[in-house]
Amino acid sequence: MEVIAKRPQSLTAVPFTYCPGCMHGVAHRLIAEAIDEQGLINKMTGVAPVGCAVFAYKFFNFDMAQAAHGRAPAVATGMKRARPDMHVFTYQGDGDLAAIGTAEIVHAANRGEHISVFFVNNAIYGMTGGQMAPTTLPDMKTTTSPYGRKVDDIGYPIRICELLDTLVAPYYIERVSLLSPADIVKAKRAVQKAIQYNKEERGFTFVEFVSTCPTNWGLDPAKAQVWAKENMLPFFKPGLFRDKGAEVKS
Amino acid sequence: MSKILMKGNEAVAKAAINAGCRLYFAYPITPQSELIEYMAKMMPTVNGVFLQAESEVSAINMVYGAAGCGKRVMTSSSSPGVSLKMEGISYLAGAQLPCVIINVQRGGPGLGDIQPAQGDYFQATKGGGHGDYRLIVLAPASVQEFADMASDAFDLADKYRNPVMILADGMLGQMMEPVEFKTPKTDEEIEELGRQHEDWCICPNQDGDLKHHHEINSLEIDPLVLEQHVIKLYKKYDQIEANEIRYETHNINDDNEIVVASFGTASRVVRSAVDELNAEGHSIGMVRPITVWPFPYEEIAKSIGPKVKKVYVFELNTGQMLEDVKLAVSGKVPVEFWGKVGGIVFTPAEIKEKLQACF
Repeated sequence: MEVIAKRPQSLTAVPFTYCPGCMHGVAHRLIAEAIDEQGLINKMTGVAPVGCAVFAYKFFNFDMAQAAHGRAPAVATGMKRARPDMHVFTYQGDGDLAAIGTAEIVHAANRGEHISVFFVNNAIYGMTGGQMAPTTLPDMKTTTSPYGRKVDDIGYPIRICELLDTLVAPYYIERVSLLSPADIVKAKRAVQKAIQYNKEERGFTFVEFVSTCPTNWGLDPAKAQVWAKENMLPFFKPGLFRDKGAEVKS
Repeated sequence: MSKILMKGNEAVAKAAINAGCRLYFAYPITPQSELIEYMAKMMPTVNGVFLQAESEVSAINMVYGAAGCGKRVMTSSSSPGVSLKMEGISYLAGAQLPCVIINVQRGGPGLGDIQPAQGDYFQATKGGGHGDYRLIVLAPASVQEFADMASDAFDLADKYRNPVMILADGMLGQMMEPVEFKTPKTDEEIEELGRQHEDWCICPNQDGDLKHHHEINSLEIDPLVLEQHVIKLYKKYDQIEANEIRYETHNINDDNEIVVASFGTASRVVRSAVDELNAEGHSIGMVRPITVWPFPYEEIAKSIGPKVKKVYVFELNTGQMLEDVKLAVSGKVPVEFWGKVGGIVFTPAEIKEKLQACF
């Protein structure tokens, strides 16, 4: 029988620990496929965050580190500087990257650190049980914004791609969505580009995935996708912010 | 090799490079700035990595990443900065990563001041970060010893896969003394040092049977697994306590009327006072812990001779090592304490006066 679909080599056989309908598994697969395609499995290493993806160090099929909350870009910096012959990525959620780890991501990007950062934005803290994130939308209810996120009190959601796009050094910045099969195909192309640039030592590459959290949003997976399309995409607009590798168009 | 007149901060940096340190991540803070500046200047000359981090928190996490790759890596700071590193130090201890951390202590708490102090003894030896762990902590008393400890610290870190702290102070950091350096390690020797960790560290992979999946990690979500991990750490700490206690005694004998205990810069001043009093016909013995963890409890107990009336502890704090000395003495004789704080270093005359009052 012909095998037409199988687990990427860059994923282990350890079962994912994610909730039904969660998109982390899709994001993991896209990254693993891109690593396989670039033939990087034996030179790849990554950093798992704190949050739902904390066990990512078990899921990727090569040496991995697990970092303190928000510190993955600093840990990845230490790894890349210590082993310039290897390729390093971080995988981080919005609480990890956009709140407690803001300094680390901004400065790793500003140094143009030769790492890839994959950022999953689902507007909520998943693992700790649905608290407000820096990306939680205005008036959105969470367990720590039970009356809705009041922007006069706690401010507006942070748009990380836009923020990083103000820096000179980053090589590639793109926001994609995981909210439909067509979007996932587009997301795959962004991940491929980030991993390819990583292999080629071009510089700092960043891909944000707009995603869902059916469990903590209190929606079934299909409705969560619809909700995210209607509410998240207008605020977190998908698009290419920076691609220094693209040919200059006239 | 001839001696070079150098500040402690620069001497320990030079000695660390000689010992094979090729990665250094830090953030500026007084009174350790000469250390980071020396590294900025010299690391590029040995093809090493110098990186000024955006914060102490990032610096220690860069250390975590580099140590996870099995390389000799160091960071340095002073008291308030070391507090910020404590999160990372706990993770380093949990993940069993070898590295060296230098604390050039200053006055505290809070922002305190920038003068020499020993107020971080508790933080260094009793935890500081969260969870059950131990740091190996070396306390130098001269610029020469500060420099010598760099290679000792890296060897201990590698041997036990544990972070090692050198607990110095602003006096040792700023003071110039003649220093003799060991022969620098060659690039081949440094490569070899890295290779000893290849059975657990992050390194390039291979296909087939040689494929590995090394995890640099301090998370064990299953309590029964975490329990085993912590027990394993404690067995390691037992080994360190059995093998690595370092201390120095001075004039310990059966005629001692008083035994004094002091560490680091404070011990230099205390020793001058002890020598003067002994020249005047008294008999005072002295113990100086060099490892403040593991602490020389038994060695201090054994130093208390039959005529000793009192053990006197002198520190540049309000009495921190004092608690360990009391545990060592275990009620056998009274233990008295005197210290100075605020970044003020006591004089030999002050120590002499305190000791004379005991006779």
